Amino acid sequence: MHIIGVALMLIGVYGLLTNRHMIKIIVSINVLEVGLNLFIIAVGYSDNKIVPIITSQSAGASNYSDPLPQALVLTAIVIGVGTTAILLSVARKLYQQYGTFDLTEMEAK
Amino acid sequence: MKKITAIILVSLLFVLLVMNMFDSDINFNKMDQSEVDGQYYTENPTSANMVTSVVVDYRSFDTLGEVTVLFVSSLGVAFILGGLSSRIKFKQSQSFILKVGTDMLFGMIILLGAYMFIHGHLTPGGGFPGGALIGAAFLLKYIGDDSYRAKISAFKALEGTMGSIYVLIGIIGILVGNYFLENLLDIGTLGNLVSGGLIPIIYVLIGLKVGSELTGIFDYFVNEEV
Repeated sequence: MHIIGVALMLIGVYGLLTNRHMIKIIVSINVLEVGLNLFIIAVGYSDNKIVPIITSQSAGASNYSDPLPQALVLTAIVIGVGTTAILLSVARKLYQQYGTFDLTEMEAK
Repeated sequence: MKKITAIILVSLLFVLLVMNMFDSDINFNKMDQSEVDGQYYTENPTSANMVTSVVVDYRSFDTLGEVTVLFVSSLGVAFILGGLSSRIKFKQSQSFILKVGTDMLFGMIILLGAYMFIHGHLTPGGGFPGGALIGAAFLLKYIGDDSYRAKISAFKALEGTMGSIYVLIGIIGILVGNYFLENLLDIGTLGNLVSGGLIPIIYVLIGLKVGSELTGIFDYFVNEEV
C-alpha cells in the first residue's frame, strides 16, 4: 500500500509537470492528494490490528489500530475539498475571460 | 522532450523514496504502537468510534480550524464567482422521469446524511461525510431541474449560527472547565446513542455547517453571467 500511495503521488507530480490544461492540472493535484492520504492511512496500518471502533464483538480488545492517522486524513480530505473548490472557481473565471482552459493559448491572447 | 524529462525525474524520485522507505529499520506493517500517541487514544476512548473521539474531542481545536478553512474557501468562491446571478440553462430539457426521480431520491439522501452525522460517534462516517451527502442531495436537485434555486440566504444563516455555536461551546469550556472545547458532559456508556458527552452535539453542528457550505458553493457554480 505504501508503494501505491507513493506511486499515485508521483503520477500527480508528473501530471503537474506535463499538462498545460487547467482542469487537468486540478485533477493532477487531486491525484497527488489521494496518494498522500493513502500513504498516511497505510502508515497507520499494522498486522493483527482491528478497526478502532468498539462493537459488541470487539469490546475489551486491546489490539485496535492507531486512530490518529485516520483522523488526520479526515482533516486533509476536507481541506482538499476546499482548495479544489477555489481552484475550480478560478478556472471558471479565467475561462469566461479567455474562452479557453489552456494556459499556452491564454498567454498568446 | 518535456514528457521524457518528466518521466525520468519522476521515476528517479520514486526510486529514491522507495529505497529510503525499505532500507530503514522501520517495518511499517509490524510497527509496535506501545510507544505511540495512538495508544493513549485507544485506551481512553470517549466514544465508541475512536476516530471520532480523536477528531472532535482530543483534537477538537484542529477541527475548528478545519471548519474555518472550509468556511474561508466558500467565502473565496463567493468572492470569485459572486458577480454571476442568473441560473445556467441546460441545452437539453430535463425529462419528466429525471425530475420525479431526483425528487424521490432527494429526501432519501438527506435522510442518509442526517443518519450519518447523528451516528458519527458510533459507526464510520460523521459530520463531514454526512454534510457532503446533504450537499450532494442539493447538487442532484440542481442538475435534475434547471429552474431550481435553493434558499441560499437561509443556508448562510444556518452556517453562521452553527459555526458560532461551536465557538460558544469552546468558550463555555474555558469558563466552566479548564480549557477550550473541553468535553464537559458525562460520557456515559460507550456504544449508546446518547454517549460521548459533547461529541454528538458538535458532530451535528459540523454536519449542518458543512452541508450548507457545500450547497452554497454549488449554488455559485450553477450561476452564469446575464
